[in-house]
Amino acid sequence: MSSTTSPSNPAMAPLRAIGGSFLAASEVVGGMGVLFGRITTRLVRLRFDRTELVTNMYKMGVKSLPIVIITAIFTGGIMVIQAAPIVQRYGAQGLLGWAAGFTTLRELGPLLTALMLSGRIGANNTAELGTMVVTEQIDALRALAIDPISFLIVPRFIAIVVTIFLSTVFSDALALIGAAYAGLAILGVDPVVFYNGVSSGLLGVGDVFHGLTKSIVFGMIMALSSCQFGIATSGGAPGVGRAVNATVVVTAAGVFVLDYLVSFAIG
Amino acid sequence: MIRLEGISKSFERPVLKNVDLHVPEGCLYGLIGPGASGKSVLLKIITALIRPEAGKVLIGGRDVLTMPDLELHEFRKGIGMLFQNNALFDFMTVYENIAFPMRRLLDLSEDEIRERIAERLKIVSLPGFEERMPAGLSGGQKKRIGVARATVTQAPVVLYDEPAAGLDPVTSQRIFDLLRAEQQAAGATVLMVSSDLDRMLTVTDRVGMMYRGELIFDGTTEEAYASSDPYVHQFVHGIPEGPL
Repeated sequence: MSSTTSPSNPAMAPLRAIGGSFLAASEVVGGMGVLFGRITTRLVRLRFDRTELVTNMYKMGVKSLPIVIITAIFTGGIMVIQAAPIVQRYGAQGLLGWAAGFTTLRELGPLLTALMLSGRIGANNTAELGTMVVTEQIDALRALAIDPISFLIVPRFIAIVVTIFLSTVFSDALALIGAAYAGLAILGVDPVVFYNGVSSGLLGVGDVFHGLTKSIVFGMIMALSSCQFGIATSGGAPGVGRAVNATVVVTAAGVFVLDYLVSFAIG
Repeated sequence: MIRLEGISKSFERPVLKNVDLHVPEGCLYGLIGPGASGKSVLLKIITALIRPEAGKVLIGGRDVLTMPDLELHEFRKGIGMLFQNNALFDFMTVYENIAFPMRRLLDLSEDEIRERIAERLKIVSLPGFEERMPAGLSGGQKKRIGVARATVTQAPVVLYDEPAAGLDPVTSQRIFDLLRAEQQAAGATVLMVSSDLDRMLTVTDRVGMMYRGELIFDGTTEEAYASSDPYVHQFVHGIPEGPL
């Protein structure tokens, strides 16, 4: 082999690194695509464990409520604090409801809910599945003639997507309430004026659907990445740590990329 | 009953090299050998949890490795398996863990399931442990719950990976006696991997020894004890000096 093409040639190192990264990214995306296909075939045939679905809905959805409530209320408050100087300078109290509603419903509600829950739900889901892999629990399921995709993955996929969707609806409402009362406390804007700003016609049902569409897409990327990294875990406890880390990074990156694409696609 | 032909498998380096193994029907077969000699991988290949690069796995004359998914799914219902790490479902109680294969594979009422679980727990000396979670059990207790789960469906083919690891000598002997009694009562074909040779060899009909991915001995338990092969002799008699 000539020195110019030798694997040890330092000049080739950047190219190898780029190629390696591309292959790694392809493996992740491809794995998630294959997993999505497997999930879809079970979903279409309604082949999934209902008990696991209920358990996961409770664990992921109901138990996430406190953190959703706190984050949503303060998000609404923070928006008012940031908008306060402009609102006071131009006396645009009547537009406070519209501004808060527009940013919350279309962007901040779904985005912050997804990012917040990716840490709680996505990371936890990967850790659980990864631990099951390294302790042979997934193999035990297969040995017992139970399809791990139907038993474990599909219920978690549904639970995560539904949880992100419902949490976004809840978060949107709470953020607006938080913004309304922060507006009263900080700017003296009456909640009725705030409500009129929200419902004046500048905001439409399309804005609500825009945000909710994003929440479904974010839920899907979170569910796919957390399940894929979970079931692909190898290397014992350190492997579980690496899988959780990868889930958080890929979910966050995926949420922003998809946020851009969805915003671009549906306007 | 279980016949392996030319099984080879590599994980970066060769783990199994052209292994041929025959476990006759109704036989309790003990697979021995030093650590990392490929014993656990062989058990997983038998249930098609790991696919070899070459070879056949014939159970009851059918090749497990070429079965379509649906057929493999049905086939696995006839196999009980205890994993090296026990593989208890950590989100289920002890009761749910043992009930799980019965609910999935057998048509039993909840009363029958409860009775069987109580009986299993009594046999493995853990009565009253139904509501405990696996995380709250010691290693030996987890192992015994794993044995209870692997034996509860009374499958015709059972694979045990280290059924007595982490157990005291008395409990270990009880477990082996239990597995032998179960095997004889059901006429099951059993393949067992264990490092506790002194006790395992009290219950086996035949023994195979793996070394560096190859099956270097296959014979009756008596033949294993009497073997003049330096590797088998050293391993079976636990002699520190020798080729191993």
